[in-house]
Amino acid sequence: MTLQERPLDRDAPGGTPVRQREPGPVAEPLLTVEGLTRHFPVRDRLGPRSIVRAVDGVDFDVRPGETLGLVGESGCGKTTTGRMIVRLLEPTAGRIRFDGRDITHTRGRALRPLRRELQIIFQDPYSSLNPRHTIGKIVGIPLQVNGVRPEGGIKRRVQELLEVVGLNPEHYNRYPHEFSGGQRQRVGIARALALRPRLIVADEPVSALDVSIQAQVVNLLRQLQRELGLAFLFIAHDLAVVRHFSHRVAVMYLGRIVEIGARDDIYRRPRHPYTRALLSAVPDVDRPGGATGRIRLAGDPASPADPPSGCRFRTRCWKARDICATEEPTLSPREGGTQLTACHFPETEPPQ
Amino acid sequence: MAPPVPEPDPAQAAQPYLAVRDLTVRFDTEDGVVRAVNGVSFSVHAGRTLCVVGESGSGKSVASLAVLGLHDPRRTRLTGQILVGGRDVVGLDEKRIRTMRGRSMAMIFQDPLSALHPYYTVGRQIVEAYRVHHPSAGKAEARRHALAMLGRVGIPQPDRRFDRYPHEFSGGMRQRVMIAMALVNHPELLIADEPTTALDVTVQAQILDLLADLQSEFNTAIVLITHDLGVVSQVAHDVLVMYGGRAVEQGSVEQVLRHPQHPYTWGLLASVPSLRGDPDADLTPISGSPPSMINLPDGCAFHPRCRYAGHTAGRSVTEIPLLLPAGEPGHLVACHLSPADRARLRERETTPTEVA
Amino acid sequence: MSLSPSDDIALSEIGPAGPRPQAVGRELVGRSPGQLAWTRLRRDRTAMISGTVLAVLFIVAVAAPLIERLYGVGPQQQFQDALDSYGMPLGYSGGITGAHWFGLEPGLGRDIFIRMVYGLRTSLFVAVVAAVVTTLIGVAAGVLAGYLGGWIDAVIGWVTDFALAMPFLIVALAFVPTVALRFYGQREAEPALFRVAVIIVVFAIFGWTSAARLVRGQIVSLREREFVEAAQASGVGLAHMLFRQLLPNIWAPILVSFSLAVPSYVTNEAVLSFLGVGVVDPTPDFGAMIFRSINYLQTDPAYVFFPGVTIFVLVLAFNLFGDSLRDALDPKSSR
Repeated sequence: MTLQERPLDRDAPGGTPVRQREPGPVAEPLLTVEGLTRHFPVRDRLGPRSIVRAVDGVDFDVRPGETLGLVGESGCGKTTTGRMIVRLLEPTAGRIRFDGRDITHTRGRALRPLRRELQIIFQDPYSSLNPRHTIGKIVGIPLQVNGVRPEGGIKRRVQELLEVVGLNPEHYNRYPHEFSGGQRQRVGIARALALRPRLIVADEPVSALDVSIQAQVVNLLRQLQRELGLAFLFIAHDLAVVRHFSHRVAVMYLGRIVEIGARDDIYRRPRHPYTRALLSAVPDVDRPGGATGRIRLAGDPASPADPPSGCRFRTRCWKARDICATEEPTLSPREGGTQLTACHFPETEPPQ
Repeated sequence: MAPPVPEPDPAQAAQPYLAVRDLTVRFDTEDGVVRAVNGVSFSVHAGRTLCVVGESGSGKSVASLAVLGLHDPRRTRLTGQILVGGRDVVGLDEKRIRTMRGRSMAMIFQDPLSALHPYYTVGRQIVEAYRVHHPSAGKAEARRHALAMLGRVGIPQPDRRFDRYPHEFSGGMRQRVMIAMALVNHPELLIADEPTTALDVTVQAQILDLLADLQSEFNTAIVLITHDLGVVSQVAHDVLVMYGGRAVEQGSVEQVLRHPQHPYTWGLLASVPSLRGDPDADLTPISGSPPSMINLPDGCAFHPRCRYAGHTAGRSVTEIPLLLPAGEPGHLVACHLSPADRARLRERETTPTEVA
Repeated sequence: MSLSPSDDIALSEIGPAGPRPQAVGRELVGRSPGQLAWTRLRRDRTAMISGTVLAVLFIVAVAAPLIERLYGVGPQQQFQDALDSYGMPLGYSGGITGAHWFGLEPGLGRDIFIRMVYGLRTSLFVAVVAAVVTTLIGVAAGVLAGYLGGWIDAVIGWVTDFALAMPFLIVALAFVPTVALRFYGQREAEPALFRVAVIIVVFAIFGWTSAARLVRGQIVSLREREFVEAAQASGVGLAHMLFRQLLPNIWAPILVSFSLAVPSYVTNEAVLSFLGVGVVDPTPDFGAMIFRSINYLQTDPAYVFFPGVTIFVLVLAFNLFGDSLRDALDPKSSR
């Protein structure tokens, strides 16, 4: 087939793990998000008009060449956040700065130069490609509409891109329905790369794929980051996948970030009870049966239309006390570390 | 002709509740004949859980739907034997199968919202499910059963939730309603098709716990279809790995996950990202894509993606491997590699992750 | 079983969902969705037969002057000498002879065959032009309403409802003669093309709504697909979004609605002519012919027969072809 996983053509698997490079200690963040908020008015035929607080004051930054993982359960606002950053959704409040420029309300033609540097990869490999276009056209459109005239012509550049993502460049004239899910996702990645962006928002790029294909795509993204120095905002619900692709991780719950920090801090020393519960709920292949030592959260997340007062997690939290209902905890560091936790009673010991 | 059926543990030498022998399912489509299931055998005892693992298009869902007789009889050709409680359901007419569905076997789906009727309250749907099989039961009795079941699956304040509509429930609660509806007649066999795939991890954990609890209470035989090996390791007693419509490996969860024999199983295990091990190392995927069920590769269906297809002196391209015992009793594998080769290669394949 | 839709879901799951369309080796070289539909259409016997019938009828309509030359008889030529003293055609079954294949009109003695050839020309011209105009208006309105939404959608929605609320026949009965009178006096003869244009305008006023609603619905559901967002993220403009991204995906329903609109305009035009507000007499037309022939239903049934059967075959062929087209373009499992 057409899939060429470079490190895998050898007989011995996993023998030479390609390390993921730490991004340099660059001070200036590429993307800064402050107090980002998006409310959706909901008109229910029966009830009164209500407001869904999908994203409710989120702050983070992404440095050049690094991956920030954004994890959380469905409805926590992670996808809305990603859509606002690539300006597919207008923020209700807050600020987005990219490379020093305020892009919160950039519109129309002024968005064009921004589109080149900020791209997005979508979750669903079936609906994200126009079924009436050949994959050559799909990958070429960003070049065309932005007036990019690469050396050797658009077709040549598109074929290079297809090769970069591990597709056969001769399949230029084929239609999406002739490809499998994993191959389609590669087309989506090639399209995002076409304009040579500096930041890519990857919205659950592997969650619709089969396990064996997931690994192919994660490796491809890692390889692209190594070779092109791309920064990623990697949105996912699967903590294990995020761990393999992120330098830093932010955990979202009901429109807020509850914990953010370096990957190893988040996975080894999670302080927020929700982060702990998430990590402990991931079923582990290496621990069969394994109901022991697990944290079981009761109930479902509350509705973002009617979030609990104070700490939003308190309705499911086993440590909740009176203060949690009255006072909302802020993201704060501990012992001068870089890990920020929004909890009145953060865990101090690493989990066993 | 039929491949050997795994021997049940001596401890449970009783008849398996579900025994599928040499099941083949094909259907005609515009593009050709889809060979969805090609000679698969498995069995499940009461109180045990069999996990059927495979990628999309491996035939895992089709095989289990055939057990419930939920296939289109005009387009589908079904051969083999499906014994449910000793009774062969292959070729049984729709009416008889319907009396068994819900009573002796039930099913829960990945997406409860599309499996529940949007215009009826959940209470009414459970009552209806109960009365189909208890025609003599009065309204009040059925309601009592339904309420008890809703409470049993962990829905808070069942009497207040009874008259709500499915869209008023969250994803996890809806899946609980589905489970309540499936179990209200205490079926001996429950088939769960990716029951937690659409749920968040914290809710998935709740649902899996619930299924385990209910199983120990009702002694249900469960067939759980999933692609998630983490789920398998948590709930399975036995595992069946399917690829290209065939069983490529089956055995107990210990055997399949700890001592996998088939290169496809190795590949699946290696490609799962884990919370342990080196996060900076690349993952180890299986190259290529799953095969088309219309155009299955000749010989071993996995050979185009198999790293070791070259070690079989060409047999993997021409000959379909038989499902044969792989050392330990009950552990079967369909692979042309010699046991010695497999042992040597597996050593190399799995060492990095097991050490970590 | 009314309460367990799960069975149906399971049925649909066991069906075509099992094998996802995969990349099938190299033998399948770049077939576009359009090419696939064409292959399916060619395999459909109904489509091929009705398509052939339509092609023949269209050729006849287009080649009317040529047929007139070969046939040797014009549409306005009268053959009074072949009528009896009551004005009825001589001979059997409406005067069918080697010179007059379908016989003659009672009264004026014009040749029915050549009038039908020209009548077909009028009918198809009116119907096709009306279908093109209404489809264009409908697609434009539907795309704008569906993609832009907001107040544009609301306004287009109101206008659609307004057009739908007007009773077609009553408005047509009032509108056509009034307009004709406004431009040409009581006594002036109005040119045939003017009447045709007025009829097309009437159809356009009423006919665009169904296409608009269809297209709006399709666009609203397409707008949710991620490829639309992907195009936005690439920075495409509105025109590119509408014409390059969205429209190619709704050719199928537009084509089907067009192919079903044509026969409905054929019958509607005949109805208007029948009621006397359509094409007027010297111009050959099916509706007018049937209207005249009704008077001779008992005395000269052949006069009703030929135009009646032809219009029936024409409309049936169009509808069958439209249905086949829909099946070919939109099999259930597509996408």
